[in-house]
Amino acid sequence: MTASVDLWRSGSEVPVGLLGPVALAAGLVGLDVVSVPQAMISRPIVGAVVGGALLGEPLAGLVCGVALECLALESLPVGASRYNEWGSASVVAGAVAAVGATEAHLPAVGALTISVVIGILAAWLGGWTMVRHRRLIARVARPRLDQMAAGDRRAVVGLQTFGIAADFLRGALLGALLFLPGYLLADAVDRRWMLGEDLSRAVVATAVAAVAAAAVWKDFHAISGTRRLFLASLAIGTAVVFLRV
Amino acid sequence: MGVGLFLSLFLRSLAIQGAWNYEQLVGNGIGFCVEPALRRLPGGVGGTAYREALARQVAYFNTHPYLAGLAIGALARAELEQVPPARIERFRTALCGPLGSVGDRLVWAAWLPACSLVALLLFGLGLSPMAVVIGFLLVYNVGHLWLRGWALRAGWQHGLRVATALGHPVLQHGPRYIGRASAVLGGLALPLAVHRAIGGPSPLQPIPLGVAVATPLLAVVLVRLQGRAEGWRVVLLLLATFVLFSVLR
Repeated sequence: MTASVDLWRSGSEVPVGLLGPVALAAGLVGLDVVSVPQAMISRPIVGAVVGGALLGEPLAGLVCGVALECLALESLPVGASRYNEWGSASVVAGAVAAVGATEAHLPAVGALTISVVIGILAAWLGGWTMVRHRRLIARVARPRLDQMAAGDRRAVVGLQTFGIAADFLRGALLGALLFLPGYLLADAVDRRWMLGEDLSRAVVATAVAAVAAAAVWKDFHAISGTRRLFLASLAIGTAVVFLRV
Repeated sequence: MGVGLFLSLFLRSLAIQGAWNYEQLVGNGIGFCVEPALRRLPGGVGGTAYREALARQVAYFNTHPYLAGLAIGALARAELEQVPPARIERFRTALCGPLGSVGDRLVWAAWLPACSLVALLLFGLGLSPMAVVIGFLLVYNVGHLWLRGWALRAGWQHGLRVATALGHPVLQHGPRYIGRASAVLGGLALPLAVHRAIGGPSPLQPIPLGVAVATPLLAVVLVRLQGRAEGWRVVLLLLATFVLFSVLR
């Protein structure tokens, strides 16, 4: 049974009982970004569906996940560079997108916009925590370097285990800290949202799709023939939209 | 390599970056992954040969995680064949750069974006959340797991001559072909995904037409801003302003 607390003046029920599951999911999904197994369950389109599903609204999570996936397309998770951590962030964002989902199980416009904003901020914060996590591992390793240089199996396996456990905690803490404030903010914003639903969705979709289009162009335009392929398939994709309606 | 040892090295390689840090990079992970093979050295676990080999393997190392198998297989074989330590250390140094750059080009810059675009296309085609997620994970991990398995086998098979494996056609030409496929996927996926995300209205209404005009214009601005402003920062600013406008007006 899910515990709920009536914390909000408007009478909304805050799903405090889901804090644990969201934190657990954020920890597990966050682990996938770098530590283990990098099977891309940490991509926004997966993580946000998990977050939304925890609140019973996987489709709302998916719509938010698609928006964040468009943004994640432009950043390459290359080695030592600092990049946004979209895994834990997308679990939180997907859960926030489920606030006040419509009868068609789509996210409410205010909640969708806030979930994307929170997803971006959480991903930025997650990137910062990843840097701290890497420094922490180095600090833990330093006093053990002599043991490692002597081929001590326990020191090697112990450091690996510590790094993975600390990474799980990092993601779980991020999820636990951001979920309830995000939920409350989404609820508050959604109640005060003044603009029309169609226009609001269009603004969010335009912003993220432009980032995705720019990312595809930047990634692949140097390969011969891809510019024409991209523009031609864009025309075909647009034509399909017309034909399907 | 027997099935047991292969599985042991393969499963450990999934966690190779578990202790990634700015001083050893993936060095401890290499030692962690090679360790099951080192147990077969004369004297077993804790023997002099085992300890010396493990100490060599935890030193600084850099690689792409999916191609780390090339290093793990080659280093495990070299240690078991008791190749002179100086040669193993030279090999480790020489292998760092190529594995990182080849893997980044193939996986992070080509395969991952291509699979993301497949996921967006599945969403645009109207599939359910479960179908989108399963479709994406299946497509991505077929490539991911194949690459890890191939790398480990090739590393073991070629030993210190593993550089020849880097000439594999997938590594050499994969990014180019995947790039072309991604251009097609991107072009198909974006209009369909945007259309579903805005609720699937008739495309001739003012709002979908506005999206169709504004999206490429903003994309061009973002391309021209390359290096000066990342897209997610621009979107954050736009959406935060939009929220304030909608709530406070």
